[in-house]
Amino acid sequence: MPERKIRVMVAKPGLDGHDRGARVLARYFRDAGFEVVYTGCHQTPEQIASAAIQEDVDLVGLSCLSGAHRALFPKVVQLLREKGASDITVIGGGIIPEQDFPMLYEAGIKAIFTPGASLDSIVEWIKTNIKPH
Amino acid sequence: MDSLVKKICAGDVRLASRLIRDIEDKLPEAKAKIKKLYAYTGKSFIIGITGAPGAGKSTLTDALIAALRKKNKTVGVLAVDPTSPFTGGAILGDRIRMQRHAEDAGVFVRSLATRGALGGLSHAAGDAIHVMEAMGKDIIIVETVGIGQQEIDIINHAHSVVVVLVPGMGDEIQTMKAGLMEIADVFVVNKANRPGTNQLQTELASMLNLASKNGKGWQPPIVMVGDAFEPGAFAEKIAELERKIEEHHKYLIESGKLTERMHRKAMAEINDALSACLLEPVIQKLASTGELDSFAEKIKSRKADPYTVAEEIAKNYFIRQDKK
Amino acid sequence: MYFSDKTRKASLRLTEEWEKDVQTSLKDNPEQKTRFSTVSDMEIKRLYTPEDIHGINFEKDVGVPGKFPYLRGNQATGYRGRYWTFRMFSGMGSAQDTNRRWHMLLREGQTGLSTAFDFPTLMGYDSDSPKALGEVGKCGVAIDTLEDFLALVEGIPLDEVTTSMTINPPATVLWAMYCAAAQIKGVPLAKIGGTIQNDMLKEFIAQKTFMCPPEPSVKLISDTVEFGAEHVPRWNTISISGYHIREAGSTAVQELAFTLRDGIEYVEDVIRRKKLPVDDFAARLSFFFNSHIDFFEEICKMRAARRMWAKIMRNRFGAKNPRSLWLRFHTQTAGCSLTAQQPYNNVVRTTIEALAAILGGTQSLHTNSLDEVLCLPSEHAVEIALRTQQILAEETGVANTIDPLAGSYFIESLTNEMEEKAWEYIEKIDAMGGMVAAIEKGFPQMEIADAAYKFQHQLEAGEKIMVGVNKYVTDNQHTIPLVEIEERIGEEQIKRLKDIRRKRDSRAVKKSLDDIRNTCKKGDNVMPYCIEAVRNLATLQEICDVYREVYGEYKDPGLF
Repeated sequence: MPERKIRVMVAKPGLDGHDRGARVLARYFRDAGFEVVYTGCHQTPEQIASAAIQEDVDLVGLSCLSGAHRALFPKVVQLLREKGASDITVIGGGIIPEQDFPMLYEAGIKAIFTPGASLDSIVEWIKTNIKPH
Repeated sequence: MDSLVKKICAGDVRLASRLIRDIEDKLPEAKAKIKKLYAYTGKSFIIGITGAPGAGKSTLTDALIAALRKKNKTVGVLAVDPTSPFTGGAILGDRIRMQRHAEDAGVFVRSLATRGALGGLSHAAGDAIHVMEAMGKDIIIVETVGIGQQEIDIINHAHSVVVVLVPGMGDEIQTMKAGLMEIADVFVVNKANRPGTNQLQTELASMLNLASKNGKGWQPPIVMVGDAFEPGAFAEKIAELERKIEEHHKYLIESGKLTERMHRKAMAEINDALSACLLEPVIQKLASTGELDSFAEKIKSRKADPYTVAEEIAKNYFIRQDKK
Repeated sequence: MYFSDKTRKASLRLTEEWEKDVQTSLKDNPEQKTRFSTVSDMEIKRLYTPEDIHGINFEKDVGVPGKFPYLRGNQATGYRGRYWTFRMFSGMGSAQDTNRRWHMLLREGQTGLSTAFDFPTLMGYDSDSPKALGEVGKCGVAIDTLEDFLALVEGIPLDEVTTSMTINPPATVLWAMYCAAAQIKGVPLAKIGGTIQNDMLKEFIAQKTFMCPPEPSVKLISDTVEFGAEHVPRWNTISISGYHIREAGSTAVQELAFTLRDGIEYVEDVIRRKKLPVDDFAARLSFFFNSHIDFFEEICKMRAARRMWAKIMRNRFGAKNPRSLWLRFHTQTAGCSLTAQQPYNNVVRTTIEALAAILGGTQSLHTNSLDEVLCLPSEHAVEIALRTQQILAEETGVANTIDPLAGSYFIESLTNEMEEKAWEYIEKIDAMGGMVAAIEKGFPQMEIADAAYKFQHQLEAGEKIMVGVNKYVTDNQHTIPLVEIEERIGEEQIKRLKDIRRKRDSRAVKKSLDDIRNTCKKGDNVMPYCIEAVRNLATLQEICDVYREVYGEYKDPGLF
């Protein structure tokens, strides 16, 4: 039966290894019926963008708890654009102060989920906003 | 040349990955695209890697990629992970161990979920290989799901099959049970610094002796790979593995076995295509009209048996279509 | 614990009567939940009675402080002799920025220093590495060379204040910098005191700050233990850490078990590799636990840990020196219990957690600042956190008597239960061939991932509560001022680093790096060569790159 499955990537850019949230989320996405590619920790934006294209995911969820999101999140979006993959949605999560939201939205991050966001709300957001390619 | 074909043959990763996805999702247009691509496939050398979970398949694949890249070979990897039967979702985690190659344009790693397939691969694996072949990859590595079931679909797709075992996991017995002895062209005893290594090696060697009494043809070699964390020694062992695989490839060509395997592969492809072109559309149609459910009801209440139902469906669909 | 027959009989009779009353009352007034459990999901009974602790042998299992099994504390005088060390984890921006914060904390009554490094430093990269993009100075202080380090400890009396450094893969390098700084300031190594975290096993298990594979990582740790035993006797060369295991989502029992099993692994490695007698180094092993929000569970965990380690050292390793049997530990309140929502509530959480650590008998304490879930702590927030400790120590009277909860039916029973469950884990890991083998199998990682997933589900289902997150949620947010690390700090740091690279003696650098390489290959102790290299202004990454080259690089296996 033809069926477009939602494919997502959970990625951890930067050097922090706090992957509790990313891993819990990856499992939760699987249980929501998505196919989830997980990159592991310590990824460069280049690795993430290139993996996202190779895997043809609809969405990349970036998790960063080190404060480097201001540099790393926009870089991923920019690289995807350069590689002609601006249709891949990028969302972010982690320790991100509200004052950084505008610059991240401006840079093309479509949604930001911070500590305490319920997993269901993230899944809901994806189901509402992502039409598989 | 069709523009899609042209682009994929030129190595366009985006289009290739999308086409693989169309195949996975069984979009009708995917078949048409594969038809056009088919003429450009068949030139890659395909290595299957199989073995129990935790055997270290992804780490070996990663190391093989590195070794092949040193020789300037382009590499495609299909890494298969299980789909949850409860939710339909999957975590595709194999590529984590290969991420260091993510930026290398000569390497294309694509993860596949089994989506209910039981033979260790995904239904899309065969055509995904075709896509990577059309892209001109010199080598394609197919890593099976490794849940320890009857993962022998790989022999229908790969030229050389590497079976990975680990000491101390009772693998010897598992291997025999799963029929992996018969499909292995090269054995890897991985993590061969662990207790039980000698025992595993001995048992494996004696099993191989038994299997090859006539002593003719290919004798599957055993490559002992130690701790992945001793960079020097590990790299040497991977080079040995790569050599053994290459020797096997040569053997296939020289002995004429390659044509045998290609024949087997073609048969399997016909089988898959028949299922995709005949069976699946029928089931789809039956499902959409609700007939499938009513047949199931009949069988459930023992008003009919599955064979009669199947014959009736065949009569209605195939025979009627024949007459048209 | 012994109860006379008369007491036991009375207890059984009264308990039976009480149970009848409860059953009657439950018919009309059911309890709020069908199952009561700790934050780690350990089931807690309605009532604990003498029956629950009757089997305890007072002399063997409880005893007095300062005596085996040290359940009640290492020191005979507890906090009456000396409070725990008030040690606030801090580090931000450049070495100068952090130095300023340190002086402020010492002025305000902090009694020990604790260093937070930024991620490039933690991972063994220089500030100008492409991997350091956006990270320099963000989560802690950026240190590339000895010059940064000297700026960090400017004006700090290294022979008086003890310093803890949260550093793992590059611990040899940062400790070498500390030693070199002391030498330059004329302080003998025998006089400096402090701690390097230097616990790689928990990195593979939980925090994922790794560089080289487990086996050589443990080798480098044993080097520091050996060097310390010989030259830096007041230094704690490993801080065997449960903190990060817990933060990664483990249960309290898992934290307890995996931490102690890590400790066993380190002791075994030093004995095997360095041929040191256990009593020569065991007293310099320290521990680091999390104090989470479930008050009693935490107290019991810490008490159990002390008793278990004493048993391990005595029975498993035959240690004779009482100090070898001591489990001395630092505690940090649980970062993962804090909420970004209604952040002022975090002060309350931290207070409760700090109290648990004190009642559990910690030797040293960091109290989280209310803003740490959002950013690095502001000066005001860190002051409140430090004052929290001072109020607990000096106003509340909780430190007046030692181990005040001992003998409680509930506390002793829960302590025992946690100990039993932790032994089960330890035996399981022993059977796997030790912690390195268990890590390679992914065992502790998966246990923690499962626990984290379960907790998240309980949270989503409202079975576990976080105020402000899944209950008492309000849109009316009190925002707090956030500390921001400016990008310019990274740029300046990179400029300083480039200047140093230009002005240093590059031949001396090359030679000292070659020395480290040869030492690694021979398997000898790297510490003396690291000190030499940092004195020649070799950078952190240059030394770490040698380790990566010789030992290989460890990558996240990403198990699910």
